[in-house]
Amino acid sequence: MNEVCFKNIDKENPSSFSTYEAHGGYKVWRKILNGEMTPDEIITELKTSGLRGRGGAGFPTGLKWSFMPRNQEGQKYVVCNSDEGEPGTCHDRDILRYNPHSVIEGMAIAGFVMNASVGYNYIRGEFMEPYYRFEEALQAAYEAGLLGKNLKASSVSFDLYTHLGAGAYICGEETALLESLEGKKGQPRFKPPFPANVGLYGKPTTINNTETFASVPEILSKGGQWFADLGVENSGGTKCFSVTGNVKKPANFEVPMGTPFSKLLELAGGLKEGRKLKAVIPGGSSTPILTADTAMQMTMDYDSIANAGSMLGAGSVIVMDDTTCMVKTLTRLAHFYYDESCGQCTPCREGTGWLYRMLQRILDGNGKREDLDLLLSVGEKIMGNTICALGDAAATPVESFINHFREEFEYYIEHGKSMVETKPNLIEEEASV
Amino acid sequence: MISEQAKKEIDLWVSKYPEGRASSAVMQALTIVQKENDGSLNGDLMQAVADYLDMPAISVQEVATFYENYNHKPVGKHVIRFCHNISCMLNGSDELISYLEDKLEVKTGQISKDGLVSVKKVECLGACVGGPMCQIGDQYHEHLTTNKLDKILEDLK
Repeated sequence: MNEVCFKNIDKENPSSFSTYEAHGGYKVWRKILNGEMTPDEIITELKTSGLRGRGGAGFPTGLKWSFMPRNQEGQKYVVCNSDEGEPGTCHDRDILRYNPHSVIEGMAIAGFVMNASVGYNYIRGEFMEPYYRFEEALQAAYEAGLLGKNLKASSVSFDLYTHLGAGAYICGEETALLESLEGKKGQPRFKPPFPANVGLYGKPTTINNTETFASVPEILSKGGQWFADLGVENSGGTKCFSVTGNVKKPANFEVPMGTPFSKLLELAGGLKEGRKLKAVIPGGSSTPILTADTAMQMTMDYDSIANAGSMLGAGSVIVMDDTTCMVKTLTRLAHFYYDESCGQCTPCREGTGWLYRMLQRILDGNGKREDLDLLLSVGEKIMGNTICALGDAAATPVESFINHFREEFEYYIEHGKSMVETKPNLIEEEASV
Repeated sequence: MISEQAKKEIDLWVSKYPEGRASSAVMQALTIVQKENDGSLNGDLMQAVADYLDMPAISVQEVATFYENYNHKPVGKHVIRFCHNISCMLNGSDELISYLEDKLEVKTGQISKDGLVSVKKVECLGACVGGPMCQIGDQYHEHLTTNKLDKILEDLK
């Protein structure tokens, strides 16, 4: 556990430059500045490692980096997506707080590979503690002569800056993030052209997620094969998972890909006394919900979760026990997507409102029998008909919740109340963590 | 309209972006002037930011109304931004928000009578393992209970 991104999390002063350096940090970057590694070697190692984009899409990182036109004249950019906001996800926050130098080193390496001399880390505006930690780390890296121009008398330059968001889930979509970085509303762009050709300020840009960048230095230090062997076929390495919801000890865990879900549940302290597992959302609110039986069979890697009928997504495991009302839970998620739709595409702007209002109507006891089919039909009409994936993300939970728990929705519509015996949360006691 | 101190802070942000790309600093400029204006924006302030960054006023307004963290009505001295999304909900955020509303005699979206606090329900703040949680100023408060909330409110006075 905790072998890559959370490597230093239990050490004293985990975010400090000295802790990072004492445990092998900046070794790869110094080698690069000494001219001991070439961009092609780095891309080959990353391809061997099997590292896939940790933000949710799972695109192979080595391949993504190889798309950048590194020999094209003019400015190019490296951008880190630290706009973490997928409900249930909070491990990038801990990487920024406890291992900021790994993100800096990963971004600097990316800059070298893609011949980009400037990088931005887009941190969500609410993450002030992570922002201050990251800024401190940046300052230390500059003072050590590891960031800036003509580093260690080489021809390599890399300047890195932070940018702060101001509250918009959609900015986690890479092209919305670029728009936001340019000082505009965060509305996703049409693709193609992809950011590798037309990105920030119209220049070639590579965007990766915080965890992806943070994994790079350790991969290059210990070798792509080492990382690949930590995981399973098609899912190399370790992955940070946030385990939240109805567990005794919600927490972030970095475990090898392929770890059984049951093991992860155990790490999080298991369920509360007397409760039964009801459902699990394995990859964040945008991924399909699974029933308890299915979840208990799966392992935490891309293929196993896909076979179970969902997605690994951002590694955000939301656990629900038998006191959870599915109608209320889905309504809350529907409200989220309705609130966060950027308004650009009609199916999403209008459809998310329809989904939320119909679900709220059911929750208020005014549902009609035909509402369930109408909900599914609205979801279908959003799916695939929008510029970005937020529309699909809004429709996915509706479809999967109703498919797996239809009986519960029907009961609610018929009786005007939940069939689940909900228990009040113990908010008066000090939490047991 | 914008203080010298705020201008200095904005200039720092502007210096991070390439020549001619000062508009990249608009989000932070709005955050800075909002803070100076007791937590909310108004037309004059948005115009001042537009003038300072040499942007069309409409572009600044678009940004100011798109992002969640800008307020266009006065807020309390402290804004309690309470997450009500799934992981927090499963651990009692609704019950805690009701507790807060009763205790402060306010509804979410309103300011308490003494002007000290306003309460806002917000979407996921990215601290799900610490739910239920809320944000006050720059700080996150996690694993909340009624006892902890009482203490937090006491400290705000």
